[in-house]
Amino acid sequence: MTTLAERPDVERAGPGRRPNRFRSDRTAIYLLLLPSLLPILVLSVFPLLRGIYLGFTDARAGRNVEVSFTGLANYRELLGDELFWNSFKIGLLWAVGVTVLQFLLALGLALLLNQQLRFRGVARVLAVVPWAMPPVVVGILWKLVYHPDAGLLNEFFHRIGADGLRTNWLGDFSTALPAVILVGVWAGMPQTTVVLLAGLQGVGRELHEAAAVDGASTWHRFRHVTLPALAPVIVAITSLDFIWNFNSFGLVYVLTAGGPGGKTMLPMLFAYEEAFRYGNYGYAAALGNVMVVLIIALLAVYLRRRLREAN
Amino acid sequence: MFGKPSRTGRALQYLALAGYLIFLGFPLIWLLSTAFKPPRELVRLHPTLIPSDPTVQNFVQAFTEQELGRAALNSLQVSLASAVLTVLVAMPASYALARFRSKLGTAALGWVLLSQLFPFVLLIIPIFLVLRQVGLANTHAGLVLIYVVWALPFALWMLQGFVRNIPRELEEAASVDGASRVQVLRRVVFPLLAPGLVATALFSFISAWNEFFFALVLIKTPELATLPVALARFVGIEGTARLGPLAAGSLLATLPSLIFFAFMQRRLSSGSLAGAVKG
Repeated sequence: MTTLAERPDVERAGPGRRPNRFRSDRTAIYLLLLPSLLPILVLSVFPLLRGIYLGFTDARAGRNVEVSFTGLANYRELLGDELFWNSFKIGLLWAVGVTVLQFLLALGLALLLNQQLRFRGVARVLAVVPWAMPPVVVGILWKLVYHPDAGLLNEFFHRIGADGLRTNWLGDFSTALPAVILVGVWAGMPQTTVVLLAGLQGVGRELHEAAAVDGASTWHRFRHVTLPALAPVIVAITSLDFIWNFNSFGLVYVLTAGGPGGKTMLPMLFAYEEAFRYGNYGYAAALGNVMVVLIIALLAVYLRRRLREAN
Repeated sequence: MFGKPSRTGRALQYLALAGYLIFLGFPLIWLLSTAFKPPRELVRLHPTLIPSDPTVQNFVQAFTEQELGRAALNSLQVSLASAVLTVLVAMPASYALARFRSKLGTAALGWVLLSQLFPFVLLIIPIFLVLRQVGLANTHAGLVLIYVVWALPFALWMLQGFVRNIPRELEEAASVDGASRVQVLRRVVFPLLAPGLVATALFSFISAWNEFFFALVLIKTPELATLPVALARFVGIEGTARLGPLAAGSLLATLPSLIFFAFMQRRLSSGSLAGAVKG
């Protein structure tokens, strides 16, 4: 009864009040969004724009230092800076190496975890633990594994009678970068695995069964059913992984701090040293700008190729 | 999924799984074992996987000598404050993003992806300058502010997924029944959103707890250092005998996020996080 009595009232009020209500809705939306958007604007968008601008100045650490616009001077200097090129090469090796290995290993693990295997539960838990660890702790953990005297790895080689393989993994010029890359893979694999596993579980069972009925081999079904269905997830997670790896800092800072002899000096570490050890804010920001442009360029090439393959 | 594999196929699968378990598990076991080894076992020429004379002395030492205790308290404060603030700020905005079409919403969500792209070094210098201007450089308040802003884009994205999962009809039904907008939010939306709020708080807590770079650059006073920074400083102190307390401290630093991940995993499997995944 009450609804019947109220209905005409609502209808009467409806059309006449609409524009007014619409406007109040708009204000309400902005009021709801304001507490989020304002801090993001002030402490994220604005600093970013200012950071980009700093890359075109000679800003240095210290109060009351005059900052002047220098245009492309920083970039000209970067071009001739051998240390920068070296660190950039290492960064590329690191980012590509870690991302590719991470992806391949994570795909294998996700495929295994998607099967009815025993110990699957243990593997699932273990696969997530490194994700839960702070990067600093991951660094410390692997420092213990690589430790020249008290480390797990050297002791393992001793036990299997391969004492010749014992070395100072993080201190040796030739092993430092591969050792650090392995840690990056270990640390980043869990997230990639979980995402790929979620993707695998979304692949239609019917498609597989239909393909199996048609007599397709396991490899064929993987290649022509699973992979295409998984492609969007793969592109998304590898792109993100690449960005994260390129910008990663804490892990390698703890492991080697860029050493030995700059063999693991990732661009982020290099920029950090420029900014906070030598106080060259402008130069460090310029380095950051170059990295953003390079990441975008590399991603664009990658995404375009993937898109073309998809068509 | 791939039908019944052959016996050799199965064996190969188990072999691969064993490989993964070793790769993923052994470093963790090593950390655990080192944390329980007394100093004289740590300096032994050939260390063993299982401590022959386990001790909890390392845990005590880590927290008394290296001031990791104070750092842990600092981390707890900063992370809790970040979690609470992030939820309070993200709640209204995520509701607006989920329920009303707005270009601002798309822009905010786009920022999630875009902000991943930029190296911290571009942000840290201007942020440092801004914080110094308002007197918040080298304070926990400044750090919390940065953590909240940094967690916000993802928190918004995640939380608005939860809001979307609440059927609009429920709200409409309540308002037809005569509930005011505030009442609808409080009685209908808020209780249903609780898991999402918890998940958002956890996300914000963990990212603050684990964060290293901003804490390293923004906090200069050693007494104010957070746990990751204190641990990283600890690494610099050489000496094999010191590895025990270092491992113990690292283990304790992992506990909160480990507990939260266990919690999240249950949520993930129960499907209440599905909304966050689907976006």
